Amino acid sequence: MKNIWAICKKEIKTYFTSPIAYVAITVFLVLIGFFFYSLIWWFNSQSLQMAQNPSYYQQLNINQMVYSPLFHNMSIILLLMVPLLTMRLFSEEKRRQTDELLFTSPISVNQIILGKYFASLFVLLVMLFLTGILSIFVFAYGNPEPVPVLNGYLGLFLAGAAFISAGIFFSSLTENQIVSAILTFGTLLLFWILNWASYSAGGIWKSVLNYLSFFQHFDDMTRGILDTTDLVYYLSFIFLGLFLTHSVIQSRRWR
Amino acid sequence: MIEVENLTKKYGDLVAVKNLNFKVEKGKIWGLLGPNAAGKTTTMRILTGYLPATDGKASVANYDVFEKPNDVKKITGYLPENVPLYPEMTVHSYLSFVSEIKQIPASKRKEAVEKAVEISGLETVRKRLIKNISRGFKQRVGIAQALIHNPQVLVLDEPTAGLDPAQIIEIRKLIKSLKGEQTILLSTHILAEVTQTCDGVVIINEGNLMASGSLEELTASFKEKEGVVIKLKKEGKDVLSLLQKIHGVDKVSHADDEFKIEWTKGKDMRDEITKLIVDKELGLIEMRPLAMNIEDLYLKVISGGVAQ
Repeated sequence: MKNIWAICKKEIKTYFTSPIAYVAITVFLVLIGFFFYSLIWWFNSQSLQMAQNPSYYQQLNINQMVYSPLFHNMSIILLLMVPLLTMRLFSEEKRRQTDELLFTSPISVNQIILGKYFASLFVLLVMLFLTGILSIFVFAYGNPEPVPVLNGYLGLFLAGAAFISAGIFFSSLTENQIVSAILTFGTLLLFWILNWASYSAGGIWKSVLNYLSFFQHFDDMTRGILDTTDLVYYLSFIFLGLFLTHSVIQSRRWR
Repeated sequence: MIEVENLTKKYGDLVAVKNLNFKVEKGKIWGLLGPNAAGKTTTMRILTGYLPATDGKASVANYDVFEKPNDVKKITGYLPENVPLYPEMTVHSYLSFVSEIKQIPASKRKEAVEKAVEISGLETVRKRLIKNISRGFKQRVGIAQALIHNPQVLVLDEPTAGLDPAQIIEIRKLIKSLKGEQTILLSTHILAEVTQTCDGVVIINEGNLMASGSLEELTASFKEKEGVVIKLKKEGKDVLSLLQKIHGVDKVSHADDEFKIEWTKGKDMRDEITKLIVDKELGLIEMRPLAMNIEDLYLKVISGGVAQ
């Protein structure tokens, strides 16, 4: 645990002493702010129109009309940002040959991987936490249901955590950060849209593709549904990413 | 302290190290000598647990490198050829990070960092970013990093590479000052470094062990001929032929105003030579023994001309 913390602390320091974390967080917040503004503006105009018709007015739901699309937008931006956050984690160590320091120190490969993983999770948490400012306004001037909102944030966190595990894996594959980022982004996007293929597929393939798709699981969570299959999906994705990273690092040293 | 037995490392078809055997005793400084791509770095990487060997055994302080890598890593300090530095960190924060991952207890970390800074002479740059300090200081940070946990064994891969002459002398002094407490294995292709800092040497070429032993042992065993170098007032072909006529002398050569006279090991021809010089009034200016230096030894060993 102590060793994981040592690595994690160093990585967090690197994120926040270089411009990486600030740029990523700022861009993320600006984009989310923009989406939030547009959605709220649209919700307002809908409310004004429907105010004349009380039966429709009852159907207006800020959770579904603002939060659900906002969470979807956030997840897509995370899909773009996470590869940039994770691309240097192992690639840079290898390129600078600082991995020689890490792997000749009395700490295990797992501890190194987890330390780096938790550092990226921390940056993700900071990003998500800061978007909470937007919710302060929504809760102050409206009355959304809090549970689906929290559930949506949990979904975002789990999706982000899964993205990071994929990012670490691709970072361990190459010394080139750009290659690492492109591979991560491509893979994540493919997983995101895998359910598109399920429309044309039949039988067992339909459900397999649906299950594998990020979108399906994330969509549930933004609508306030917390299902164990979704949790299992994310956790196994994370585990697989970290496990593959471990295998890659070990096999490289044995070659 | 360091033992290597039949160590072999292959990268695919390429054999980097082949059946290497050597031993370094406690408290000694040994040099791992060889031309570029001889397998020096590979050997060191195996000893420090960075790379696994294909075959053979290696142990540090009786801990097997493959079976107990963590025990070995705890007592070994390693300076890789490319100093593993994080340029965005300050010297101080880098060393505290290293002190953490080298398992120094929290209460002793501060002290360990202070000591490493002091030994390596980093006081003036400790608050600066590593990317802004000079090559010589970077090398010193590398050495500080290697000895921060007070390891019993130090493995230094070309510790003086890329430094200016003054810095080289300082680093060598630093290494020598560590002798006794630490067992040191350093690699180099600079021959003077071995004679100046090392007690013994392992010479490898293309992954093969060419020779190993203390410097005296090696130079003695490789010397097949003994001889003298003399400088005379008189020179010329007749002098050369006079010297050649001495009974028992195998070879006489003339170069740079000096005569090199050699004879088979075991004899001593110095009396005969001086007698001749006095008799023929050749005017002796200088006579010194023909010493085999490390350069001769190295070249002889690397060319493979001499059996071990």
